[in-house]
Amino acid sequence: MSGIPHDHYEPSTGGEKWLHKRLPIVGLMYDTLMIPTPKNLNWMWIWGIVLAFCLALQIITGIVLVMHYTPHVDLAFASIEHIMRNVNGGAMLRYLHMNGASLFFVAVYAHIFRGLYYGSYKAPREITWIIGMLIYLLMMGTAFMGYVLPWGQMSFWGATVITGLFGAIPFVGESIQTWLLGGPAVDNATLNRFFSLHYLLPFVIAGLVIVHIWAFHTTGNNNPTGVEVRRTSKADAEKDTLPFWPYFVIKDLFALAVILVVFFAVVGFMPNYLGHPDNYIEANPLVTPAHIVPEWYFLPFYAILRAFDGDVWVVIAASFLTGGIVDAKFFGVLAMFGSIAVMALVPWLDTSSVRSGRYRPMFKWWFWLFVVNFFVLMWVGAMPAEGIYPYIALIGSTYWFAYFLVILPLLGVLEKPLPQPDTIEDDFKAHYGKSSSTEGAPSATPAE
Amino acid sequence: MFKKLALAATLALAPVSGAFAAGADGHVENFDFSFEGPFGTFDQAQLQRGLQVYTQVCSACHGMQYVPLRTLSAEDGPGMPEDQVRAYAAEFYEVYDEELEDFRPARPTDHFPEVNAAGAPDLSLMAKARAGFHGPYGLGINQFFKGMGGPEYIASLLTGYTGDDKEEAGAILYENTAFPGGYISMAPPLYGDDVEYSDGTEATIEQQSEDVAAFLMWAAEPKLMARKQAGFVGVVFLTILSVLLYLTNKRLWAPVKSRTKE
Repeated sequence: MSGIPHDHYEPSTGGEKWLHKRLPIVGLMYDTLMIPTPKNLNWMWIWGIVLAFCLALQIITGIVLVMHYTPHVDLAFASIEHIMRNVNGGAMLRYLHMNGASLFFVAVYAHIFRGLYYGSYKAPREITWIIGMLIYLLMMGTAFMGYVLPWGQMSFWGATVITGLFGAIPFVGESIQTWLLGGPAVDNATLNRFFSLHYLLPFVIAGLVIVHIWAFHTTGNNNPTGVEVRRTSKADAEKDTLPFWPYFVIKDLFALAVILVVFFAVVGFMPNYLGHPDNYIEANPLVTPAHIVPEWYFLPFYAILRAFDGDVWVVIAASFLTGGIVDAKFFGVLAMFGSIAVMALVPWLDTSSVRSGRYRPMFKWWFWLFVVNFFVLMWVGAMPAEGIYPYIALIGSTYWFAYFLVILPLLGVLEKPLPQPDTIEDDFKAHYGKSSSTEGAPSATPAE
Repeated sequence: MFKKLALAATLALAPVSGAFAAGADGHVENFDFSFEGPFGTFDQAQLQRGLQVYTQVCSACHGMQYVPLRTLSAEDGPGMPEDQVRAYAAEFYEVYDEELEDFRPARPTDHFPEVNAAGAPDLSLMAKARAGFHGPYGLGINQFFKGMGGPEYIASLLTGYTGDDKEEAGAILYENTAFPGGYISMAPPLYGDDVEYSDGTEATIEQQSEDVAAFLMWAAEPKLMARKQAGFVGVVFLTILSVLLYLTNKRLWAPVKSRTKE
């Protein structure tokens, strides 16, 4: 068995031994919960628990909502109003589910940025990263299809625009689009298959989450220094780590409780803040909304999609070189999916031998610019594609690709990293040894 | 009263035009409604006045198909006694009964009728289907302070007529400072004293507009007060839980952190 050396579950009573011989499930749970975890993890390592909570919240509220929802173009919108008005606690359930999606994405973006800054994607954690990217893609698909279910104006037109992306694929696009929609346009068949998949995909995500956790339980968690836990002996490993239970479970639950205070304030006091008012108008194929905008968590990618119009030289060049097969629309689609693809490939694009951004003086600047750029793209994605906005979107999109394809590969060569601590123990001591000795608080418990 | 209904009906039966026309956003006034803020509640007397305006003016052209009549007796809503709701339903609305194959007076178990007057949208969710505030720079941050602005939009629209109109493609459009694009096909529905309030409130255009906007907010979000209460309870309990977990976490880690001093 690989992994960080630690104590394993030993069945003690007769019953435990009997079960362990046949199904070592208690041992599996013990090893999962007691995994040695680097003790210097900071507050950016709490998002995993928040994400697990979100998945559970969405599945539980979703299952109850399904009991009252009707997936039919004539009845869906009314059935949502039935939930909001007649079902006991229905309004609260629906608002939890709606805003739960937003919390899910807040958490996943924080989780991804954490990974990007501390180099969590680097060897040997590439599989964890790739599985994570797959989960993220499935989350986007699930959220998109869920947004269609209330059958409001934005549901309908959002579905029309996004499925239209597949129509941009040369030669086979229209067939794919028709196949996805179950007909020539967004209609009852579309609503039904989206409903079916919206119910299915969360369970696929749950399965992938288990693989995601399994993968990093083998490699061990990354940590703010990026220095690996010593695996030379159990005693060495114990100097760098603490068991996940109770140290990190309690820490993560505290963080989760604080985040849920904010979440409940949003759900209770301004539940429609993150939604679009047009979705309270029933879908009408004959009336196009003035501005079709996706939910906030898709906006950066929506901005990238729209950034590459027919006036941009790369688009003109691509169109010329492929004999018109790659037109502006298809280029935009490629850019949007490509923006996630380059992020998934970052383990092989980042050439630096240093894992954590903490010891990379140049990388830090480019990273924070990348974060700011993400929010600029989010903002510009909500703006109409006119005036100065397309230019901002183009600059932002270019930076997105440059970060992964140019800056990260070059930085590994050009940058002179700062010295890293030898062990996690040293880092932990440097942090807490200083602060607690100046406070001069007497130790309540004798050491060891 | 019926004369006024007929008048409102004829005036407002203009074809759909510009309802979704893109253009400059109108000016939306930030009214102070009683239900705003984390502790805001509906003003029951105002909801009842708003219902009166809806019944006597708006319902001539607009429907409210998602709102069940029985909810008028909700205690965190208009709070009308049940016998009054029954009388109200029977007096003002007729619904088609599939068993009778005929129209009959409405009962509390029915919904407000759907009205298919051309260009008159259903009002059940209108207060949530419009956002009065977007700024600054489209960031929507001012919604934190002013709210989404749905009821504000309705009240601003009803008070926003300038009195000017123009003819376009055979239809008369009325200038309105709140409507996106500046011209709306709905004729001014309120002139002042359109209804006679039983509580003695003066029925100015502004008063009636605010009242009906508040009523439509209730119609769109009947569980608003229960929701805020649940949110408040959630925030309080989670705050307590946070404090307890903070102390637990601190205690749990204290020996680990102090050990580093040795």
